[in-house]
Amino acid sequence: MKIGIVGYGVYIPHYRIKVEEIARVWGKNPEAIKDGLLIEEKAVPGPDEDTITISVEAARYAVARAGIDPTEIGAIYVGSESHPYSVKPSATTVAEAIGATPALTAADYEFACKAGTAAIQTCMGLVGAKLVKYGVAIGADVSQGAPGDELEYTTAAGGAAYIIGAGDSLIANFEGFFSFTTDTPDFWRRDGQPYPRHGGRFTGKPAYFKHTISAAKGLMEKLGTTPKDYNYIVLHQPNGKFPIRAASELGFNMDQIKTGLLCPKIGNTYSGSSLIGFANVLDKAKPGEKILLVSFGSGAGSDAFSVVVDDSIDQKRNKAPLVSHFLNPCVYIDYAIYAKYKQKFKVATLP
Amino acid sequence: MAAAARFWRKIPQRYNLIGTKCSACNKVYFPPRYICPVCRRAGKIEEFKLDGKGELVTYAVIYIAPRGFESQAPYIIGIVELDGGARVTTQIVDCDPKDVEIGMPVKAVFRKVNEDGESGVIYYGYKFTPMR
Ligand SMILES: [Zn+2]
Repeated sequence: MKIGIVGYGVYIPHYRIKVEEIARVWGKNPEAIKDGLLIEEKAVPGPDEDTITISVEAARYAVARAGIDPTEIGAIYVGSESHPYSVKPSATTVAEAIGATPALTAADYEFACKAGTAAIQTCMGLVGAKLVKYGVAIGADVSQGAPGDELEYTTAAGGAAYIIGAGDSLIANFEGFFSFTTDTPDFWRRDGQPYPRHGGRFTGKPAYFKHTISAAKGLMEKLGTTPKDYNYIVLHQPNGKFPIRAASELGFNMDQIKTGLLCPKIGNTYSGSSLIGFANVLDKAKPGEKILLVSFGSGAGSDAFSVVVDDSIDQKRNKAPLVSHFLNPCVYIDYAIYAKYKQKFKVATLP
Repeated sequence: MAAAARFWRKIPQRYNLIGTKCSACNKVYFPPRYICPVCRRAGKIEEFKLDGKGELVTYAVIYIAPRGFESQAPYIIGIVELDGGARVTTQIVDCDPKDVEIGMPVKAVFRKVNEDGESGVIYYGYKFTPMR
């Protein structure tokens, strides 16, 4: 029995801020930052958007693209590091808003930027064991970087939802996955703290590169594949540079990398990052093509998936907005409006 | 908690634009009505999900916002006529006040509508954006 993707949907907010604008406020050289991080601008949520609203929009598009009856969804998992509540699941609101309640199981996942792919794995298990017909896995975030921190140039907002099922009308199917997980303190946020902290350069080699490369290599060894077998590779994108370097070290070339690389235009959407890049590949891929998807979450772990595009892609693709729909037109805001939207200061209230 | 309970009872209409329709006269009601004022006792009311696409009938730009909405001002409040014929009063978002136009096509999106301060319940529901 093939297990795979029945539908997918993405959502990226309407607002952007450019690296130049953030650098202007902190007196930094924007060209050095753009070169160093390979990023031009990032997506910013509107004042009334959060992980739940982004998840609902993405999930509604996924249901539209799948063309399924939402009451047949048996599980919903929302992966994020920015759930609006500490206690009260995002998944229940999403389930209600897409008409999947009440006969289903739901929970929130948290694993820095890879909670969404962990949710996909759970859904694969439930579908594979025939415990549910469809499972919805979502990765979405409205991440925050402390003002002035280098993270501020990249922390963005967006999300993607994948409906996992089995049978004939698949957009793509999973050949297998391999995960690589260790206890690595590269990036964290303690309970009640508004902004995360990170281990500076420590986030690179022992964290991002070690885990993404090990997961990808482990999967290719397990399946007996090589980079030549894949038309596309999509990695988690904390900036534009890391995924290119990791993919190159694995033996992939820019033609395989570029379609899934959206960080330069939207920033790091955390749990949404590799899953939005993956959606952009599905927006363009042909049946039979093969994709290597590799997430990364600090703390730390990577999930690598080998995915083969199926025939239903052509018939389902245009039933919901493509990733390109969200890339333009968008509205550029300055740092003051950005600070207001992200509620970085207190506003006067009427007496 | 009273506010949270009042909101909770309206989740179907706030999240999914579930109204009602009288199948005797085909009139759509949103917010839902349970007796058709046209047909009275001859009316047949059933649940009806509006598809969320509509047209902006009129609007106002709010510069002096009520408590809790200060950081969104200036913002647009409009009346939208939905494809089913019902009219809703709603916020128009992702639209600059200088670009708003009567008659423009709009569609429903899912947004944060209000919250009971920093520690209270967050209320979600529909707002509308320009159709793009
Ligand atoms: Zn009637």
